Amino acid sequence: MTATATPEAPAEVDLGGEARSRRADWGFRALVTAAGLTVLAVLGLILITTSLRASPAFQDEGLIGFVTGTRWAPNDDVFGTFPMLYGTLVTSVIAMLIAVPVSIGIALFITEVAHRRSRKYIVTVIDLLATVPSVVFGLVAVLVVVPAITPAYQWFADLVAPVPGLNAIFDDTNTGRNYFTASLVLAIMAIPIITSIAREVFATVPETDKQAAYALGATRWEMVKGAILPHSFGGLVGASMLGLGRAMGETIAVALVIGGATSMSANLFAPGNTMAAIIAQQWGESSGLHQDALIAIGVELFAITVIINFLARVVVRRAEIKMKGAHS
Amino acid sequence: MTSLNTAPDLTGRNLSKRRAFANRSATVLIGLCVLIAALPLVLVAWQVITRGGSALSLGFLTEEIPRNYRTEGPGMGPAILGTLAITGMAALIAIPIGVLGAVYLNEYGQNKPLARFIRTMADVMTGVPSIVMGLFIYVAYVIVIGEKVGFGGSLALACLMLPIVIRSAEEMLRLVPEELRQASAGLGARKWRTTMSVVLPSASSGITSGALLAVARAAGETAPIIVTVGLTYIYKPDLFYGENTTLAAQIYRNATQPFAASQERAWGAALTLIVIVFLFTIVSRIIASRFAIDKR
Repeated sequence: MTATATPEAPAEVDLGGEARSRRADWGFRALVTAAGLTVLAVLGLILITTSLRASPAFQDEGLIGFVTGTRWAPNDDVFGTFPMLYGTLVTSVIAMLIAVPVSIGIALFITEVAHRRSRKYIVTVIDLLATVPSVVFGLVAVLVVVPAITPAYQWFADLVAPVPGLNAIFDDTNTGRNYFTASLVLAIMAIPIITSIAREVFATVPETDKQAAYALGATRWEMVKGAILPHSFGGLVGASMLGLGRAMGETIAVALVIGGATSMSANLFAPGNTMAAIIAQQWGESSGLHQDALIAIGVELFAITVIINFLARVVVRRAEIKMKGAHS
Repeated sequence: MTSLNTAPDLTGRNLSKRRAFANRSATVLIGLCVLIAALPLVLVAWQVITRGGSALSLGFLTEEIPRNYRTEGPGMGPAILGTLAITGMAALIAIPIGVLGAVYLNEYGQNKPLARFIRTMADVMTGVPSIVMGLFIYVAYVIVIGEKVGFGGSLALACLMLPIVIRSAEEMLRLVPEELRQASAGLGARKWRTTMSVVLPSASSGITSGALLAVARAAGETAPIIVTVGLTYIYKPDLFYGENTTLAAQIYRNATQPFAASQERAWGAALTLIVIVFLFTIVSRIIASRFAIDKR
């Protein structure tokens, strides 16, 4: 019989810590939560403050009239913004028609064609393109490209003059500052964004799918067509929408090259304006209702770009989930 | 590129002419796309370096800006100071809030509905046009205090940087291994201590790199500056008093003038701005390449 020392019941250990440190934990949590909430606060404040400030302009024209009116005449207090909406849509859609295929091509080149070393250089080129400030693109475009390209525009207009339809879209030009030049600049600025998302999308294509296509005797192009592109379609749609949203909001480069006319024209070689660009161009000389109207254009632009970006994120996320599902 | 090396038909000799042609022309087209992207970059670099280089001098970097477009000669000093001060102040506002917000998303919110909502909204916020941020600060700050000041530009740039900083910092926090947090908790550290002294330091270089990239992006912004900051020709080190200016705003102002003197100053300002932006980008790259955790 050995007397076993009955171990004393362990004293209740207080894992809660000091009250002071508990308070610190609570305080830190509150601090970081508040920091996270600033995103929502800023977005909400943008909508509320700018809408309030813009309301005289909206009231002046009526919401519908402001968006659909075709006459912009600040001196007569007439503010129809449809020509600018038209310019924004035309330039950014044409920019996407150029940028999306080129970006997909670059992304394919990087992921499927390039060797490891050249891949690094190409990625650097695209990254550098993304770091060039938009005003520098605008400067080069307006002082170098515009004077050089105007004769080319006229040559092309003369070339398609006999073709009905085309001759309305590509008509005579007397200035290189027009919708088409703006579209070109926007396309170049959108390429890095679309390329980087397209690369991410292509990276999610399962290696097994590609190998299976090769095993069936597919050439590289047939593999791209059969395995990569169908798999990536949703993601590429999202990438294009993100690029579109970015192009619609681009201000300075467009303001420099679009010409500043507030009329509409089907002729892409004619000067026009976009919603973002007209704010920058007319801001300095605006006051009163004119300035309110410019802010109102900003509200309209904010609404459009938020919706497009939100939809794009949903599309990209849904495509991602679908792809991850295919893996498991 | 294992897929290329293990392609079963390495010779391609059995391909029909049509398939071989389709494959080859697709490869050429894809390569052409890279050239299309490289062309504008080369054009911009060549033009800015040759034209800007001839405008650049010590005087250009330090002297005040001539008031008349036609005046020959140098001077962008106030714009350089304005760019650095306004962007620096924006970084002081946006980086702390952004990093703390990222701490909330990754350490506290994780998959809660609120955190998911903030994440989506931060993504949406990156797509808000910079001119809209400028208008917002004009209405919410400039009108309220009654004058255009440099600090207004800082606020607008901070709004632009915030979502970028949050999302990139969250990416970096996610790479911090869970074992570090558990080890710290096991030693009795509270969550805020763990976060401040273990999680954030191990992600610090990644966070710095992402933040610098956001700073570089903001330094080249023009639209919010011309809306909120106004214009000056002289040195204005005080961001809270009087109108200010930046290199980007000066490029925009001078680019459309038909006078050779102002165009030359625009080119010089463009070269200076690109050098500043590239410096930030390169430093960010160097810091990122030394980041240990993501190599695990």
